[in-house]
Amino acid sequence: MSINDDSTTAPVILAAHRISKSFGDVPVLFSIDFDIRPGEVHAIIGENGAGKSTLIKVLSGLEQPSSGSISYDGQNVVLPPNGEAEAMGIVVIHQELLLAEHLTVSDSIFLGRELTRNGFLRVREMRERSRAILDTLHVNVDPDARINTLSVADKQMVEIAKAISRDARVLIMDEPTAVLSVGETQTLFEQIRRLTARGVAVIFISHKLGEIMELAQRVTVLRDGQLIATVGTEALTPDSIAQMMVGRELSNLYPPKHEPDVEAPVVLSVRNLVAPGVKDISFDLRRGEILGFAGLIGSGRTAVAEAIVGLNTRRSGEVWVDDRLANFSTVSQSVAAGLAYMTKDRKGRGLLLNAGLEPNLTLLTLKKHLKHGFLDGKSEAQALQRAVRRFDIRARDASVRVGQLSGGNQQKLMLGKTMESDPEIIIMDEPTRGIDVGTKQQIYHIIAALAAEGKSIIVISSEMQEVIGVSHRVVVMREGRLAGELEGAEITETEIMRYAAGIRQGGDDERISA
Amino acid sequence: MSVSAHEAAKPRKGFHLDLKTAGPLLALILLIILGYSLNPAFLNEGNVTNILTRSAFIGIIAVGATFVITAGGIDLSVGSMAAFIAGMMIIIMNGAVDAFGASIWTVVLGIGCSLILGIGAGFINGFLTTKGKIEAFIVTLGTMGIYRSLVTYFADGGTLSLNNGAREIYRPVYYESFLRIPYPVWTFIIVAIIGWILMNRTAFGRYCMAIGSNEHVARYSAIKVDRIRTVTYILQGLCVSLATIIYVPRLGSASSATGVLWELEAIAAVIIGGTMLKGGYGRIGGTVIGALILTAIGNILNLTDIISNYLNGAVQGVIIVAAVYLQRGSFRTGRRAKKPE
Repeated sequence: MSINDDSTTAPVILAAHRISKSFGDVPVLFSIDFDIRPGEVHAIIGENGAGKSTLIKVLSGLEQPSSGSISYDGQNVVLPPNGEAEAMGIVVIHQELLLAEHLTVSDSIFLGRELTRNGFLRVREMRERSRAILDTLHVNVDPDARINTLSVADKQMVEIAKAISRDARVLIMDEPTAVLSVGETQTLFEQIRRLTARGVAVIFISHKLGEIMELAQRVTVLRDGQLIATVGTEALTPDSIAQMMVGRELSNLYPPKHEPDVEAPVVLSVRNLVAPGVKDISFDLRRGEILGFAGLIGSGRTAVAEAIVGLNTRRSGEVWVDDRLANFSTVSQSVAAGLAYMTKDRKGRGLLLNAGLEPNLTLLTLKKHLKHGFLDGKSEAQALQRAVRRFDIRARDASVRVGQLSGGNQQKLMLGKTMESDPEIIIMDEPTRGIDVGTKQQIYHIIAALAAEGKSIIVISSEMQEVIGVSHRVVVMREGRLAGELEGAEITETEIMRYAAGIRQGGDDERISA
Repeated sequence: MSVSAHEAAKPRKGFHLDLKTAGPLLALILLIILGYSLNPAFLNEGNVTNILTRSAFIGIIAVGATFVITAGGIDLSVGSMAAFIAGMMIIIMNGAVDAFGASIWTVVLGIGCSLILGIGAGFINGFLTTKGKIEAFIVTLGTMGIYRSLVTYFADGGTLSLNNGAREIYRPVYYESFLRIPYPVWTFIIVAIIGWILMNRTAFGRYCMAIGSNEHVARYSAIKVDRIRTVTYILQGLCVSLATIIYVPRLGSASSATGVLWELEAIAAVIIGGTMLKGGYGRIGGTVIGALILTAIGNILNLTDIISNYLNGAVQGVIIVAAVYLQRGSFRTGRRAKKPE
């Protein structure tokens, strides 16, 4: 049911013909056709495990297809492996932003193709050229700044500058907006539009349907390694894309909200909390309540959560759990008091990517699986069985490395790990970052079910739809402070944005950000 | 695709163990066959006992090193630490003989001091790396120099020799056997078994692997990273102390040449055994085999004259590099794991 969009007449620059790919005897892609024209944004979407990453790797030469062919500029080609396709103008910007943290911006832009004279680096010229490229992108980053001092959004801009310096003709972006705030996303889109105006072809991968509708001309939907359709975006709605992705109606992305019980006791009370990145925060959380934490990236939401559970240094202020002073200084104290924090960084902070499912699931609560002081493998296996059932974790088998699971399954495993400690209060930091719609829906329902059971939940999220969709009440943070609080019908994107961007002030904070 | 845990758990144990122990074990078997075909005397009871006893020193230290390395650390000080502890034991025992005469208690005192010194030295390494936040390589490079020069200083550049009376009493610890197995080998076996249990059947071992694999994840999982790390260095110190206890009666002396390069041999044994140098994955069984392989190489070179014994280090070097290369290739999912995630 592939619908071809013939409205564009520019010749196809990069095309895949009946591409199939298997790893060992596991087929991942089945006879995929794909093409892109200069100046076009072509989005690829699909649930985790649908084969998007593999398709990108095939299109950029990192993996060779098991069958089928690739053509570039109308010629059949075999793309060289190991990123050498960059020299041909096919550049990939990976989700993880592969930049060397200690190099400067200009070093990074010219990495691997430094300008030299007689074997010596021409530092000044590289710096000037970097500045010129950054200027054309309207990016205000110093070419001499070290990468590790930049925000994620700026790092992404550096990656784009790097791609431009390599005369990219096809730019492949793997979930570039997953870690960007709304404003940063808009800036990125401007850059992408500038690039396409210059004739660059952009392959764009995202889970955010709204973005795809806004940016892309065509969308290719993959499901379980199959090509479902390639359609012009004007013929689509977010709902119809979502439906194609999951192959079923996606009604009720968010579960119905129960009325919060305003009489319910306060289980977590934070008073005048000050910590690195946190300036005097106070709030209460009631039993059975879902409290959303909205705000721009870097507004200090994670810092608040980490200060509460003892991962961030608390400078002053008090934390009360069930009317008991609970100024935790270690995670084990907080877990013991029934307060668990689920990190947003599942790959770097949440899971051991090289270990199997069981060690990851039980790591937080290993003491529960001791028998006479020794680990009880049976008890661990049972815990995994329970978690697999409860959170619908899908893996080939229990010994598969967690790093090889899809993002959605990793997230569900991490949720299982957090819930193993049987917490009464759960702080979930970006619980659905970079995962597919189907898994998101599952997680929203789990959150709602936990709240209905009487657990109290804080959801930190940069996706406003999500905060609005799941929360009973929303607080908005800005520059380390609470900018405002919204309840009931007040919870709208506009209101959140006004607080988050500092247009509306909740307190007496009159400082103007630089 | 969803597989229930019990279904998946079954094939895992036997299968995994086989695949990962197979490499080093196979190498050891090949080495034994090679040794026997070059010189049948290789498998004489006396020679086998000799190999086992010799490998006990490095093996015991390497068991400790397995924990340190698994938790993402490194200890370069073990060879110097062994020399230092040996020197101190001899000084203390000689002093005790002068004061009270030689008796079994002289040896008990020496052993006690050795254990205290080993644990203390391990604690210092651990404390400096965790609380001092200095890289383990630097800390142990420093303590390595300190212990080595201290033993040279105490021996006044020469050799510290144990009083003959005490030596006679202490001698059986290295030379005597129980059930035809020498005491050093018994010590090695017991240390290896305890090490294996600690690594694979306790929370401590799991925590070591978690810390070595990703320290952040460990911290976010309520693991007391500094404490566990420190304990690995203390275990290492304890192992060094045990190795020294069985080493001292062998020669009854200590000098600045005692234990030279033991740290590298211990690390080599760990790596040949399949433990990852960058941490996160440790195998005690492999370490034991690694220690046996290293000793067997030297022994085979001694028994034959195909390759000069002076090239012992070169052969060991080739084996280390080859072992790590082969392990990387034979790792079941190694190739796919290397791809960017």
